[in-house]
Amino acid sequence: MKIGVLALQGAVEEHLDAIRKIGAEGIQIKSKEQLEEIDGLILPGGESTAMRKLIDFHEMMPALQAFDKPILGTCAGVILLADHVESNETHIGGLKVWVRRNSFGRQIDSFSAPLEIVGFTSSYEAVFIRAPQMDEVGEDVEILASYNGRIVLVRQGNKIGCAFHPELTEDLRIMQMLKEMILQSKLAHPSNVL
Amino acid sequence: MVQLGTDLVKRGMAQMQKGGVIMDVINAEQAKIAEAAGAVAVMALEMVPSDIRKAGGVARMADPRIVEEVMNAVSIPVMAKGRIGHIVEARILESMGVDYIDESEVLTPADEEYHLLKNEFKVPFVCGCRDLGEAARRIGEGASMLRTKGEPGTGNIVEAVRHMRKVNAQVKQIIHMERDELMTAAKELGAPYEVLLEIQRLKRLPVVNFAAGGIATPADAALMMELGADGVFVGSGIFKSECPEKFANAIVQATTHYQDYELIAKVSKEIGTPMKGIEISTLAPESRMQNRGW
Repeated sequence: MKIGVLALQGAVEEHLDAIRKIGAEGIQIKSKEQLEEIDGLILPGGESTAMRKLIDFHEMMPALQAFDKPILGTCAGVILLADHVESNETHIGGLKVWVRRNSFGRQIDSFSAPLEIVGFTSSYEAVFIRAPQMDEVGEDVEILASYNGRIVLVRQGNKIGCAFHPELTEDLRIMQMLKEMILQSKLAHPSNVL
Repeated sequence: MVQLGTDLVKRGMAQMQKGGVIMDVINAEQAKIAEAAGAVAVMALEMVPSDIRKAGGVARMADPRIVEEVMNAVSIPVMAKGRIGHIVEARILESMGVDYIDESEVLTPADEEYHLLKNEFKVPFVCGCRDLGEAARRIGEGASMLRTKGEPGTGNIVEAVRHMRKVNAQVKQIIHMERDELMTAAKELGAPYEVLLEIQRLKRLPVVNFAAGGIATPADAALMMELGADGVFVGSGIFKSECPEKFANAIVQATTHYQDYELIAKVSKEIGTPMKGIEISTLAPESRMQNRGW
């Protein structure tokens, strides 16, 4: 199983480490052609404005929008994936959520806290860094976790939107969720098997 | 339990900046140019390092009005510099909500003996280093991010290269040492033993290490990435160049695609003249900023 990490800027190596730990092969994605080689994609944490700039410069946007295999967007990644971004334009889109950048405040308000996640049997220590939140979600979007009433983890079809940073802790359950999604998608579309 | 200001969230913030360019700015207008060019953060200052050199006198924390103006102008993180050992400047910047404080040798040190005890702050700090001993001492005090000192405001990459190579070579040595050799290494480097243990366990520095101090061209930024920097700070290099917008954009591209030489050639065309540089040997030892701090 090959999982790509959009490697324009941000916590790329951390995700590649996590991918290795779930027994998959991680690939740094720096060009649109590479998207054809992978079974799933992670949009990592970083600065969404910087990533957007780099996506445009290399004309990667149409290929990212056409990518129909499983995607996990974390922090800046969920901003890139959201259909609506508060006081900003839509980037890749496809995830039917409204997203507010830096909604928990500046760095000084960054925190970690235990989170109850739908389907997990024990709580999950989530790290929020200048994190966004999701405000309203479309009908087929399943809310998997909220923190103090703010939506922070959702799933819609083969997309996961995550406001916190699974790559900064040893807990691999969010990564396992992505892996499971990729396995399901391969079963449903055998032609996608690489 | 909710936890704020832990190493995890302070170091994590720097991890999100990796592969990016942090640019020095002196007002809202420059901050917006930096953000539009794809900077991952801006450093709010009263003067860029090359102007600090020219102006002479005592260089202090920027006027809080400038910091506030920059914070209001952009949505990317805002960093600001405080003097080495100046507890109150750091607390003022923390109270204003800046995202990162640079305890910086670019400013005139407030304390020639003691650096800040950065563990006691909720805001994360970045500090300069020339070798692993200095890097480890700063981590020991609680720095959440490092950068090479280089020689700020010179547009000359040679010192940043020296410092990056030195730190990385020493990290490699530590990783390959036997456990019973580490205490002696700690003594020789002047490094806290616990930090060396952590380096050996992680097989890397426990915090992100950017390059700073002399980056003037897209090729300079790519060179520092090639040498193992996690990202770059560009001080005078952008707004002292002929065309800051083009320079900023080209340096961002070169940092991400540092091994794509055709691309670096392409983005380096028609961006105008870089800042004028200074040969290090012409600088008197007392005007070398890298010798500030220990």
